[in-house]
Order: sequence, then C-alpha cells, then structure tokens
Amino acid sequence: MNDMAESAALAAADYKSGYKPVWCPGCGDYGVLGAVTRALAILQRPPHEVAVVSGIGCSSRIPAYTSCYGFHGVHGRALAAGTGLKVARPDLTVIVAGGDGDGYSIGGNHFLHACRRNVDLTYIVMDNHVYGMTKGQASPTTEPDWDSKLAPGGTGVRSFHPLVIALAAGANFIARAFSGDSGGAAEIIAQAIRHPGFSFVEVMSPCVTFRPEQKDWKQSVRRTGVPETGDPAQAARRIMTDDGFNIGVLYAGDRPVYARERAATVTPAELEAEFAL
Amino acid sequence: MTAGTLLLDAAARAGLYGLMVRTSGPQIRGGEAAALLRLGPQPLATLDDRFDMLLAIDWQNLHRFADEIPLGPASLIVGDSGEGEAPEALLASGAQAVALPLKKTVKGATGAWVNMVALGFGGAIAGLPVEVLEEALRASWKRNPQALEANLTVLRQGFAFAAGLEGKRPQPLAMPAVAPAGRWLISGNEAAGFGAIRAGVRFVAAYPITPATEVLEWLAPALTRLGGTLLQAEDELASINMIIGAAYGGVPSLTATAGPGLALMTEAIGLAVTAEVPIVIVDVMRGGPSTGIPAKSEQSDLSFAVDGLPGDAPRLVLAPTSIGDCLTTTEWAVRLAEALQAPAIVLSDQFMGQSRAVVDQPPATGGTAQRLVAAANTPGYLRYADTPSGISPMAIPGTPGTTYTADGLEHTEKGIPSSQATDHSRQLDKRERKLMQYDYGPRWADVEGEADLAIITFGSTTGAVREAIARSALQGVGLRLVALRLLAPLQPAALDRALAGVRQVLVVEQNHGGQLLRYLRSRYDLPGRATGLHRPGPLPLRPGELTAAFIDWAAVQGSREGRA
Repeated sequence: MNDMAESAALAAADYKSGYKPVWCPGCGDYGVLGAVTRALAILQRPPHEVAVVSGIGCSSRIPAYTSCYGFHGVHGRALAAGTGLKVARPDLTVIVAGGDGDGYSIGGNHFLHACRRNVDLTYIVMDNHVYGMTKGQASPTTEPDWDSKLAPGGTGVRSFHPLVIALAAGANFIARAFSGDSGGAAEIIAQAIRHPGFSFVEVMSPCVTFRPEQKDWKQSVRRTGVPETGDPAQAARRIMTDDGFNIGVLYAGDRPVYARERAATVTPAELEAEFAL
Repeated sequence: MTAGTLLLDAAARAGLYGLMVRTSGPQIRGGEAAALLRLGPQPLATLDDRFDMLLAIDWQNLHRFADEIPLGPASLIVGDSGEGEAPEALLASGAQAVALPLKKTVKGATGAWVNMVALGFGGAIAGLPVEVLEEALRASWKRNPQALEANLTVLRQGFAFAAGLEGKRPQPLAMPAVAPAGRWLISGNEAAGFGAIRAGVRFVAAYPITPATEVLEWLAPALTRLGGTLLQAEDELASINMIIGAAYGGVPSLTATAGPGLALMTEAIGLAVTAEVPIVIVDVMRGGPSTGIPAKSEQSDLSFAVDGLPGDAPRLVLAPTSIGDCLTTTEWAVRLAEALQAPAIVLSDQFMGQSRAVVDQPPATGGTAQRLVAAANTPGYLRYADTPSGISPMAIPGTPGTTYTADGLEHTEKGIPSSQATDHSRQLDKRERKLMQYDYGPRWADVEGEADLAIITFGSTTGAVREAIARSALQGVGLRLVALRLLAPLQPAALDRALAGVRQVLVVEQNHGGQLLRYLRSRYDLPGRATGLHRPGPLPLRPGELTAAFIDWAAVQGSREGRA
C-alpha cells in the first residue's frame, strides 16, 4: 500500500482479498463478510493492523477473504489462538470468527472462559444451527426435533442459548445481528470492536443448503426497539424472553478488561542472581 | 523437604556440589515425602547406588517409596526414639539402626521444628560445619526472630547427637578449602524456564500439571518483571493454541506440560507444523500412559514426541542431559523453533525437573532467537515460498503490505487452501527440508571417548550412564558415550561420525518398551547387533547396576569378537 492509498479513506472493498469464497450461492456468510469489511471501513483501521482468527467450518474460512492478517487454525480453538495473539500483541485489532459448531460445541469451554477473561477482542459467531461443512448435522443451537442422518428424528437435546450463557459467563458486550441486514450488522460489529473487553456478536446467518427454511428469517427479524443496557439483570430478562429475532445490542457492560503490566523492570541477566551462589 | 533443601543449601555454602531428588507416595500434594540427597566435591548428575544414611522423622507409609532408598551394611538408619523400631524391610539391608530423641528435643522449645534437629544431625553426619548449617537456616528464615533462635538451638542439639556415634557413622566429607567459582543452585524446572527467557520467550500460556507446574510458576513472576505475560489457560487445548496465536503475532512463546497435557496438544502441534508457527513445549515426563504415575520420573514420551502426530509432520525434539542442561537445551530449542518456524518439544523429566542441584554455571550461548521475517511491502509476498532452505520469510501482523492467512489446511505458497497433489508434495518437501538442511552444529549430542563399544542414551539417564562408564574404565572396560540432545530430526551423518569404529552399541533408557532403541533402529543402521537396556520408572537406573551390566555386556561382545 503506497502513501497515497494510505492517506485516502479506506472503503469496505479495501478489506476484501478478492478470493472466491467456498460458500454456496445465497449463504448468509457473504453478508457477514460484507458486514465485517464495512465495519472496518467505519473504523478506518488499516487492514494490516487487524487480525481475523478462526477455527474450522464454512464460516471459519472468512479470514482469507479479508485483506487483513488471518489465522485459520484447528476446530474449536479460535478463541484460544485469538486470545494468545491479542494478549501478546495488544496493538492489533483482533476479530475471532466462526460457526455455531466450532464455537459452542467443540470450542464451548473456550467460549465460557473467553467471556469471563474479558480480553479486548471481538467474537463473531455465524450461527446457522447446522454443521454445513460436513453436510448437515445438528449443532448445539439446532432444534431438538430437527431430522438429520446422524440423528434421525432429531437429537432430542435442548438447544443452547449462547447469548444468555455469554451474559452469565461475563461477556462485556452482547449483540445479535442478521446477515441479511449487512449494514445493520456492520454498525453492530463496529460498535463491538470499539467496546472494550470481550465483545460477542451472534449473527444469524442462514444455511440455504441444509436449512433452506432459514431463508424466512428475513421476514422474522426486527431491530430491537429498546435502548441498550449495562444492567445484566435487565439484559438477562430481555435475552431470555425475546423470540430470538430481536436484532441489536442487548448488553454493553463496563467490566475491567484483561490487561497486564508490560514495562520491563529487570533484564534476563539480572535474574541470574537468584541462582548464583 | 525443608530440611533437605536447607542441607543442600548449606552444602553449597560449604563449597560442595550436591543433588536433591524429591520423592513421595502416590499422592501428589501432602503426605509422606522424602528428600534424597547426594553431596560431594564434584558435580553430581545422578544418585548413588546406596545411601549412607536414612533419617526418618517417622516410619509412616515409608514402604511406599522404600525401594527408592537402597541401603547397605555400611548405612546408618536413624529414627525417633518415640517411633519404635525401624521397619524390618530397612533393617534387612544390614544397616545399623540408632534412635535419637528428635521429637523430645523440640518439646517445650516454642516454635522449634523437629526437622531442624534432623538438619543439624544430617549436616554433622555429612561433615558440614555447624556455622554453615546455621547460616543456611538464617538465610531462609522469614518468620519471627524468637522462633529462629529456638530452631537454631535445636539445630545445634541435633548437630551434637552425631558426636556420640563414632564407629557407627559413615565417613564425613572433606570440606574444600576454597569454594569453586561459578556454581548455581537450581532445579531443572527453573532452569528450563530461565533458558526460555534467555532465548527471548515473552509469552507463556499455562495449565498446571505435575511435574511441570514449577516451570510455569517460576516463569509467572519472571515474565511480569521482563514485560512479558504468562496467561493461565482453561486447559491444554487452550494453552497450546494461545501460544500458537502469540507466536503467529511475532512473540517467542512456550508452554510446559507432562504426558497427559502433551496428548491433548497433539492436534495443535500439527497446526504449528503446517502453518509454520514456532512454538516450544517443555514436556516434563512422568510415568505413563494416561494419568500414570504423576510425581515419578520416566522417559516414556519419546515415541509420542517423535512420531505422535497424524500426517507427515516434521518437528524438533530435544532432550537435556542434565539439570543444568535444562537451561541450555530449552534455550536452544527456542532458537531452533524460531529459526526453523517449527514446533519444538523439549523432553525433560520429573527427575531433572523437580530435583535441585548445585551445578556449574550453564554456559551462555549468546543472543536471543532470530526469526526470518518478511520486509514491509514485499512485492508478490508468498508466506510459504518454496525456498532452497525451506525457510520462508514470515510476515508479522502489523507489517504493511504483507498480509496473509496462516493455515492448517494444506496450502499454496501464498497460503491459499489447496487439495492439489503438487501443492501438498511441495509443502511436505519444504517442511521436511527446512529441518533436514539445517546445520545443528556440535550440540546435537555429547560424544565422549574413543572405544569401539558405545552406549547410546538420552535425557536424565545420561548422568548415571556417564558415571557407570567412568567406573567401567576403572575396571579396564572402555566405552564410548553418545548422549543424544537432538532426537528429531535424527542426524545420520553426525551419528556416522560419532559411531565411527564402533562394533556394537547398547541403548540405555528409562522406559518399558525400549523406545529409543526402536526409534534409532527405525531410522538408522546401527552398527553390530544393537541391544537395549531399559526399565520403566519410577526406579532410577543407578550407576552401580549400569556398571555391572556394561561390564557383562562388554565381556560378551569381547568373546563374540574372539569367536569371529
């Protein structure tokens, strides 16, 4: 990037790599890619100062589709890799992204501890209630009676409520967005990145191949009419009682952000004194 | 444990060398435990065949580790006069038993501890001056001064008990006139932590596990003072992925664990191989498999470290050969990982990790680790460029004009996922080549002696093997030592040179299956008919039994030669 380009305002397109995604035509994840790149344009963060970290799954392919630094790791461990990166390199903007299987099933433990650790990063989950990459199995957010080859007649297991779990575990910012409202999602993601601490954005992102009924989500979603709250009890009531189609910021707290003193007060050579006789 | 630590400290102050090994019953925390000490005028890398003295505060549950405390007719067993006779199993050794009023001595002395009586007595038996024992206690004291005086008094009383044991007590050590310069008092786990720091590690993710926790606990405050970070992770899956994330961000990173943790880390180690992210894992080996024997030593993670990953996954595996070498080898591992953009596993073990020793100051190997990084705005930047060396410049996030996505999926030179045969074979070749072409220099092994019979070993067993080779030489049997420090990638050309003129080799290791022997046989044509001498933990291989085995083995090789 030359000086002229750097001095000019960055557009959403400047955050796209131009690689053709592996996603099916009509996949909600295109809208999320658009929303992320628009959010970064809103924030005007240079792409090389942003790292997008992911695990495994359709949505986890997103890092390479941006022009940012990317890390496409192993299944379920994106939050761990993103946490290590952000703590070691606090100067970077770190976005962790992935799907519901990656984040809530195999990565569930990291989700809990990332919420409570409150490292300053943004976690975007593209939730389509299905494992798409492996061709249609139930995920933790799938309805208990959803029929699949792996669980004929449904899993019979109650679906997971990521937003209320995030709240209980201590996430500092909780929002729901919809990939079909890319502009709205971009605003929410930009706000999440700006908000200190662990920001969690659950994006409803339809899988048109294995969950074609999710195409109807665009008729059901609505922007929430209520102002955001920093009161966890109020946020809990809202999250527990809404129908799952309210889009917007549902909680914005002010918990202390995970931080470490960084100034060196000794040199390695000075530590030798501890051992020398 | 406190008395043992203070005795070692006093011996160090008196100018001696020493080694203190910790052992305990099956519990990890609390309960019965023993400090096993060996003191002497030269550096000591192994325990001896027998102990000169066993001093027991009580006899409870001693049987749980009595087989780790061999005694002989010249040994002295000391117990408390209120605790009754020493157990029959101990007396069967022929050792002399005496009872001392250890607990009675502290009765009425407010704040005095029975183990300080033991410290005074033990110090006297070793031949240490009482002033040095007092100095060691004073230096460690953090409580109120009255209690210190009470403990100094009982320490002196304990010291005086030794005077009545002429004829029964073992020979005291001669104290050196001048203390040798440049000695350190350090544990293997501390040494590994300090080696990491010297090489430039500034991010550590940690999940506690016996017997590796002390590496992490030593690093936590040290890193804070150095402006780095130690982060306590929720599990080993997190800790390994955290260090991969931090290392991807350009910061040299490390974690420490033991067998069960290493097993959990396996998938992510493969990620570090494929995405070419430098990380270091210190595996402080314990008895396995599964939870195994957490607080006891064994060299049984070798096969897993060198071969335990799905796919063709070249990685670095190193093993320190002594407590002091835990520093140097960990430091080297960080440098190699950074230089080669690959994961490195350091195989320490409970014996080295949790033992404390007076060692000669480990040599300064100079300089922090260097990673080949990409310059800003490199035209046509290819993260995984197929270079002649196999090493390709790594762009560090924050650098303009070189953004890329690191990937655990097989990829093109640019880093784009690819399932094409040409990309796969090209990247497999590259990742193997970068490790194979590298000049590791002379540190790959300790090679000592010119004999035509060689002992090959690795890790903490080296200490006992080296001592047994020296004893064999006194009996006229010459043996060559090859103690491997770089286990993977194996160095065939260097092995050719190290084994030039060797007729037969014996491979010595502390595990049940002969893992080093099998590994060497699978990758290298050993001369003659290689045989193995291996035994699982927790019993250490002792120099006396190794000497006897070496002499027998050498005799068989000699007669074979005669028949030929």
